[in-house]
Amino acid sequence: MRGRTILTRPKTQDPRPKTQDPRPKTQDPRLRDLETRVFRSPKLSQFGMRGYNPSGMSEAIAGIIDEKGKVRSGAVVPEIDRDDLIRLYRAMLLNRRVDERMLKLQRQGRISFYVGAAGEEGAIIGSAFAMQDDDWLIPCYREAGAAFLRGYSLKDFTNQLYGNLEDEIKGRQMPCHWASRELRLASVSSPVGSQIPHANGFGLAAKFTGRKEVALVYFGEGATSEGDFHVACNIAGVFKAPVVFFCRNNQWAISVPSEVQTASETYAIKAKAYGIEGVQVDGNDVLAVYQVTVEAAERARRGEGATLIEAITYRQGAHTSSDDPRAYRSDDEVAVWKKRDPIERFRIFLVDQGYWSAAQDKKLEEELNEEIQTAVRRAEKLGPPDIETVFQDVFAEMPWHLREQLDELNETLNSEVE
Amino acid sequence: MSETAREHPAVQKASSGNPRSIMYREALREALLEEMRRDASVFLLGEGIARRGGSYKVTEGLLNEFGPKRVIDTPLAEATFTGAGVGAALTGMRPVVEILFIDFSMLILDQIANQAAKLQFMTNKQCSVPMVLRTQGGAGNGLAAQHSQSLEAIFYHIPGLHLAMPATPYDAKGLMKSAIRSDFPVVFIEHKLLYMTEGEVPEEEYLIPFGEASIKRPGNDLTLVAWSNMLPRSLKAAESLAEEGIDIEVVDPRTLVPLDKKTIVDSVRKTQHLVIVQEAVRRGGVASDIASYVHEEAFDYLDAPIEIVAGLNTPIPYNLSLEKACIPQEVDIIEAVRRALARTV
Ligand SMILES: Cc1ncc(C[n+]2csc(CCOP(=O)(O)OP(=O)(O)O)c2C)c(N)n1
Ligand SMILES: [Mg+2]
Repeated sequence: MRGRTILTRPKTQDPRPKTQDPRPKTQDPRLRDLETRVFRSPKLSQFGMRGYNPSGMSEAIAGIIDEKGKVRSGAVVPEIDRDDLIRLYRAMLLNRRVDERMLKLQRQGRISFYVGAAGEEGAIIGSAFAMQDDDWLIPCYREAGAAFLRGYSLKDFTNQLYGNLEDEIKGRQMPCHWASRELRLASVSSPVGSQIPHANGFGLAAKFTGRKEVALVYFGEGATSEGDFHVACNIAGVFKAPVVFFCRNNQWAISVPSEVQTASETYAIKAKAYGIEGVQVDGNDVLAVYQVTVEAAERARRGEGATLIEAITYRQGAHTSSDDPRAYRSDDEVAVWKKRDPIERFRIFLVDQGYWSAAQDKKLEEELNEEIQTAVRRAEKLGPPDIETVFQDVFAEMPWHLREQLDELNETLNSEVE
Repeated sequence: MSETAREHPAVQKASSGNPRSIMYREALREALLEEMRRDASVFLLGEGIARRGGSYKVTEGLLNEFGPKRVIDTPLAEATFTGAGVGAALTGMRPVVEILFIDFSMLILDQIANQAAKLQFMTNKQCSVPMVLRTQGGAGNGLAAQHSQSLEAIFYHIPGLHLAMPATPYDAKGLMKSAIRSDFPVVFIEHKLLYMTEGEVPEEEYLIPFGEASIKRPGNDLTLVAWSNMLPRSLKAAESLAEEGIDIEVVDPRTLVPLDKKTIVDSVRKTQHLVIVQEAVRRGGVASDIASYVHEEAFDYLDAPIEIVAGLNTPIPYNLSLEKACIPQEVDIIEAVRRALARTV
């Protein structure tokens, strides 16, 4: 049904340094690498970003492949078979190309709004890949890639952008606010952070019914300032809810930089206060994200409670099509992060492993281009949903106060036709 | 009631020495700027209002002049920074708190409805809350159910909250200045489709008191009451009908709390017909409340039942043609006027 092959479960080997490691953490070559690369760049402090000091964490930042696509020394690569690795790569590239195309359509005025995920595909898709088909994914609004990986079709996605008559949700929600119960993808919802408490409910429902399901909820680092985030972590701690809180720390909440959002050393460290696990991962390293999420999901499945994952990444593009980031951040900063692009790194890794080639890449690009073209061409031809649909699904049965308005509207429409 | 406040815009133009046309959002910005220069206790609190200058550029450049102590970008925590606004107001500061979309004001309802609105009363005036809550509502941009609502009725319903919904740059500026100077909590609802509209605003300082409606177009045959973005739509409808010789009076209450009942009732007594236009859903809206007051005070003058033109009782969909069907359009207003007048004969 979902076109999802069950992936080979890797042995849950922890790629992170063991706590009994006698070396001071900063001397771990993998770690030092990551620190200088991501967190200790003089350039970054020049941009006013706070450096992260992993020493305050119970565990260091997890990473498997470095920004050049090379396996970090000492890192354990999770056992994922070739087909699945390529499926991961395909989903990431699809996500990127769909975003590029749709943002173009938006600039041409063909759709009204769009939310892209450029730079965050590793975090989004790596984490979704770690979850089982029966687990719920509760999206924020930037996780179309996770939906694609689950089998949400480009056709449905594009129809939703147009809100046309084949749109599964009848033109009711803003672009990129999809939902699919069948694929266990909860609805995107606009108010920031409002989805986080839902994860507790999904988790508790699984517990009550004895099902071994886990809920993974996505949100940005900005959303951690909302009360709902804190209360949800607290409740998850108290109830040992089978939940993975997945925070995409992409450094920005529209124009507000991460350092204005919190004075905590990290986002992951907030977990400590609520008695749940907290871990930081290099969010541009799809394999590390996968590994960390598998571990969190398995903990939850074993009844050991929730984990807060902070995936350190970067929003390369505008917040949405309504935003112009040049008003508040420098191109230099963006350039620094573009060098750490998650897709590029993963492609190098695949080529190095002998799984992928430039020729295959070219073919894939053509294939994706074709798929996107087809979906857009089709969606664009379709008209709006029937006007009666705006009266449906508001109440179980249409009450008189809606029925009367429907009748009036029909009268007006008929008189216009006459 | 000052005469200028009630007169037709054309009259205002003649009386104000130095007319110029600016946008609604610029008028609001000027009001904030002037009040911040005048009174050091005024400061701004909100998301993306400092560096980015606000989603609709109302606070653009204010950071440069007043610095980060008075133009504060907050973490994403509406309930809590609104609560901080209430706290600061209790000490005598005059915070202007911005909530990006009125839809998100549902996250701060405790601070507004249970705290700000009632503290003055509950403490016998020991604690007053001179705070302005700026927010923005309405549909028209394809922003769907969670970014397009007209929720004024919720605030209208709560005793203790003043409520302004200006439709023109002139009114926006004058009311914002009064709101900031008010010792009571004010909910100030802007409309996303109005920010770029232009209108005449004098260079010299002026204030518009709360509770004074403005007759935007004088007429004798029927009274149209409309506010916020329904005002320009109603004026257009009135112009179209004028071509047929129907002479409509358009009244904009400008503030819903307090409501200038007298101006509305006087107008209805003169024209003997009333159509009320609101963008919000029909049920439980301010229009119904205005209608009930007019029934009480002008029933004998009415020649036809009061017509209410309002939004459909449904969430706002995204698809633009569906969205349009949910919100009163010019033709809906014209039809309602015709229905009301047809009953006369
Ligand atoms: C309750 C609420 N407040 C404000 C907004 C406006 N808004 C939408 S997204 C956003 C930033 C969110 O940032 P973050 O949580 O870091 O997620 P990101 O966009 O970076 O993925 C804001 C302020 C909103 N949608 N809902
Ligand atoms: Mg963010």
